[in-house]
Amino acid sequence: MTSPSEPQRPIKVLIAKPGLDGHDRGAKVLARGLRDEGFEVVYTGLRQTPEMVVSAALQEDVDVVGLSILSGAHMTLLPKICAGLRERGMDDVLVTAGGIIPDVDVPALKEAGVSAVFGPGTTIREVAEYIRGNVRRSN
Amino acid sequence: MSALSAGEGSLAERAREGDRRALARLLTEVENRTAAGEAAMRELYPKAGGAHLVGVTGAPGSGKSTLVAALIGEARQGGRPVAVIAIDPSSPITGGAILGDRVRMQIHAGDSDVFIRSMASRGHAGGLAASTVAAAAVMDAAGFPLIFIETVGTGQSEVEVAAIADTTVVVQSPEMGDEVQAIKAGLLEVADIVVVNKSDRPGADRAASQLRAMLTVGAQHDRAMGDRPRPKRPEVLLGSALTGAGVPELLAALDRRDDARRKRGTESLDSAALKRAEAQISGILAQRVSDQLRQPSRAGERSATLRAVAAHEIDPFTAADRLLALLGERGDG
Repeated sequence: MTSPSEPQRPIKVLIAKPGLDGHDRGAKVLARGLRDEGFEVVYTGLRQTPEMVVSAALQEDVDVVGLSILSGAHMTLLPKICAGLRERGMDDVLVTAGGIIPDVDVPALKEAGVSAVFGPGTTIREVAEYIRGNVRRSN
Repeated sequence: MSALSAGEGSLAERAREGDRRALARLLTEVENRTAAGEAAMRELYPKAGGAHLVGVTGAPGSGKSTLVAALIGEARQGGRPVAVIAIDPSSPITGGAILGDRVRMQIHAGDSDVFIRSMASRGHAGGLAASTVAAAAVMDAAGFPLIFIETVGTGQSEVEVAAIADTTVVVQSPEMGDEVQAIKAGLLEVADIVVVNKSDRPGADRAASQLRAMLTVGAQHDRAMGDRPRPKRPEVLLGSALTGAGVPELLAALDRRDDARRKRGTESLDSAALKRAEAQISGILAQRVSDQLRQPSRAGERSATLRAVAAHEIDPFTAADRLLALLGERGDG
């Protein structure tokens, strides 16, 4: 049992897979890894539209949205998600992305509101530490 | 806190006006047991009490989330807003959790009258999180007439949900085992409705008839038991969350129970409401006592008492009495 002392407020992360590819191994491994890092991880599964991701992030009141995408549609879908989050008043939510995203696209994604892009080879520890260091809500 | 105070009105007021973002923030405050969450509860609790709280419990993989998703779809056909609290276990080692029940319910993500919230159990045993009842009250006050509370995947004895829900649904797989499983004490005793899910699979009919036979066998005995506490005699329904078979019948059975509950009215508080009140108050009392004992002014005596019990110098009953007496001595430190 965990000690029932001071209220623990784990960082809450939504892991979502927008786009039509079915490669969810990475998202699942990351979800599992962040669980082991002490995060509360909401997993939404495959083939999420930007609206589904935004609505899940809103209802779950997450601190972080982690998006995994390998379909190549990142330049369309990720900015839509960032804009949707802003529209619904969630500009304090940290957005990160992972999957297969060419380096040349990264500046535009950052411009759109994605804080960090993690490519293949990133360790779970790196992602966890980035989140801990950059999460905007004071937990 | 700036984001919290943005906009007009308190979070509670905005949540009641249909602001889903405010509702979500408020649920976080309640879940984290903050002062803001407690203040909101004081405001909202008198406005709650109208919703039908349906507990959905059963073993991991029995199909609880998929069944809830199907029930949401059915309720939405009639235009009713639906809220869901889905609880998954927290790691006892790291405190982390995978909240995966949403995966089955994401088909409803685009519907603004469906509100799904995942909660980690955060060390609370019994299949729920400590603040589940409070979260349900917030959703109730925010205008959701039907609230599903999906427990963690349970074993045989995580029956807490029955103490806080108006109606308890136990979901079983066809592969539940033989008749002896059906007469064991625990989960099946607290069910109002047992759903043999996955009725598209072989063996489901047989499982349902075995359950019916064994769960209703005591009906005559019930009369002989008079006023003594006795297990419920649940309805046994067959259903398939996958094909949708049996789902309208299940929602109809839930609505019948809700009608009966409403007819009983508030002047004769039914036992579900009383049990829920008791569960909430004892949870808060325990938290208050624990918070008081953790105040810095009591740290010395508290840790000395813990050590004395750990070293078997005093027994835990004496220790508890000593700490309780300590609470009486001084006010808030």
